[in-house]
Amino acid sequence: MFRWIFITVLSIGIIGVSVWGYQEHQEKNAILIQAENNYQRSFHELTYNLDLLHDKIGSTLAMNSRKQLSPQLAEIWRLTSMAHNDVGQLPLILIPFNKTEEFLSQMGDFSYRVAIRDLDKEPLSEDEINTLESLYEMSGDIESELRKVQNIALKENLRWMDVQLALVNNDQQADNTIIDGFKTVEKNVEGYSEGKLNASLMGTSSKKDGFKMLGKEKISEEDAKKKMRTLLQIDNETELTIAGTGKGANLPLFSGSFKQDNKSGYIDITQQGGYPLTLMINREVSESNKSLHEAMKAAEKYLSELDFTADLAMMESNQYDNVGVFQFVPKYENVWIYPDAIQVKVALDNAEVLGFVSKDYLENYHERKIPQSGITEEEAREKVNSNLKIEEHHLAIIENDIGEEVMAYVFLGTLNRDTYKIFIDASNGDEIRVDKLKQAEIKY
Amino acid sequence: MLKKITVCTLFFIIFSIFIVNIEDDNKVKGFSNQIIQQGATGDDVIELQARLQYLGYYNGKIDGVFGWGTYWALRNFQYEFGLEIDGMAGQTTKQKLEKASEFDKKFVHQQIQQGKKFSHYGGVDKQKQTDSNQSNLNQGSTGNKPQQEQQPNKTAEADLQPTAVNIPQGFSQNDIQIMANAVYGEARGGEPFEGQVAVAAVILNRVESPTFPNTVSGVIFEPRAFTAVADGQIYLTPNDSAKRAVLDAINGWDPTGEAVYYFNPNTATSGWIWSRPQIKRIGKHIFCM
Repeated sequence: MFRWIFITVLSIGIIGVSVWGYQEHQEKNAILIQAENNYQRSFHELTYNLDLLHDKIGSTLAMNSRKQLSPQLAEIWRLTSMAHNDVGQLPLILIPFNKTEEFLSQMGDFSYRVAIRDLDKEPLSEDEINTLESLYEMSGDIESELRKVQNIALKENLRWMDVQLALVNNDQQADNTIIDGFKTVEKNVEGYSEGKLNASLMGTSSKKDGFKMLGKEKISEEDAKKKMRTLLQIDNETELTIAGTGKGANLPLFSGSFKQDNKSGYIDITQQGGYPLTLMINREVSESNKSLHEAMKAAEKYLSELDFTADLAMMESNQYDNVGVFQFVPKYENVWIYPDAIQVKVALDNAEVLGFVSKDYLENYHERKIPQSGITEEEAREKVNSNLKIEEHHLAIIENDIGEEVMAYVFLGTLNRDTYKIFIDASNGDEIRVDKLKQAEIKY
Repeated sequence: MLKKITVCTLFFIIFSIFIVNIEDDNKVKGFSNQIIQQGATGDDVIELQARLQYLGYYNGKIDGVFGWGTYWALRNFQYEFGLEIDGMAGQTTKQKLEKASEFDKKFVHQQIQQGKKFSHYGGVDKQKQTDSNQSNLNQGSTGNKPQQEQQPNKTAEADLQPTAVNIPQGFSQNDIQIMANAVYGEARGGEPFEGQVAVAAVILNRVESPTFPNTVSGVIFEPRAFTAVADGQIYLTPNDSAKRAVLDAINGWDPTGEAVYYFNPNTATSGWIWSRPQIKRIGKHIFCM
């Protein structure tokens, strides 16, 4: 009797567990397929977009009418961004595929810049046509390699989930066709980007030659340590950990950090010249007794003590809970220098400076000659949309789309309830940029 | 006799305290002493906006955040009243403003607490300036805050939180929340604050970089980009310090030296990641190009 009951209970249990197990298995498969489908879609869309891209660049080369050219290039720009988006949805982060992605975004930049240009005034130059030709060749290579991968994947029913697993388990990634295919694509692109493409036309070489003001002189680690202690305002007893940067750094730095009971801090100092680059002090700030204005005064005082002797104009001041964050730009002869921005963070409980960033300043600062403006303020004012009510204005040096410094009239104006910042080129009256300034966001 | 006197004095003292208190409550306290400037948030800003609205200079929402709308309104006020036009509410400006306008603190605070749409124009009936339908609607939705509902009169005197927040240009509270989730999932438990700022900075550097997606969510949810996303730790509730770290990174702090990759040397499985040029180590992560 007892035996029979035991057997029945046991068998019901086993049946229950197997039904449950089967259902779990089914569910897992359904989810796996769902994930796989997402990958497949992105992959096939990527190859399709690259097909299209290759064709479009080809027809651009054969085009003669400028009326056609601009929309075609705009289309190329759109396709590159879509292809880029597709790449972002594939689990490729651990495969070296960045050259291809770079290629896509460079091609986007190039086509965008040509597309928005007035081609009647400034037709494609010889160099640009050459660039376009090599882009054509390159996209052709990528297209055919990806097609190969796609073909094999379809024929052999290859799964992206397996790629993902291979990447996770680091199975030497030996015989994964998809991974190999993508690696081949990458190698092809690498070959191109080293030689044939004209870097200046692709817009890759803009900037990156900054940090001129730092000089060559390197400071010693001991000096750096001393400097850090004063900047972090800690005494000799507090332990300060210091380290230099590795090979990958654009700019050699010394980084120091300390930790006390209720406070910790971090600082970066340039090895050349010993300028402070970043400063962060982290502690609880639970109340705001000081006004934002007092905090700003404290920030200004702090900067003047750090030898930023130039006149500073306040670009932005914001209160986030109990801290104030300020952005300053230097002012020479009443011209605001936008690229040389400095940020300061101040605690509102005792107006102590909690942070400081001078990266933009150190990178962009150089002796500037303030150019004579070609048009008067009145003339510039007329270039602004007449619906805007202009409330404030100043002269500024700003960076335009392609990273060149230009002088501009900056107008602050309102339209309905929004505030806009309009930049008018001071040499020729072109509208460089219009920014809508942010509004406070309601709490949800 | 002595007893009677004591009782009387006691009574008197208690009563006088009471009177003083009542007087204190009824007197409309003006601004505090601070100079209010753009970007500030809090009670004084609510009063400033309400007073400017009373005079018809400010047409935006009374939300307690000194934004551009308040700034232009204040400048117009200063212009009309022959004050120095600096867009800051200093002592003279505040005095002029207090003289020229009225501020019904109780009304404004009550409206704000109840989350109603309201305005504070002078010479208009208050009842007409609040949305009564809205209040019915809100009573349902604020059910999770019973404390505020029960004692509106008491809290009306206390300091109020503004109904809006400053957000860095180009971001929303939700973007910051997503990033804070990612940062918390990736760097918590013994990770220093600068380590959290560093992770947030890497996310932003990737958005800027041509080789990564161009949006914050695109970067965070890129397959296999972050372990916290892959194993679901991104869905943990982030702490305050993660949010502060994200705000700092958005405001320009980048301790990584423009890194776009980082890894934990103790757990990294990919050999490729070790081949990237390394910049520095912060906390338990190595940051590289």
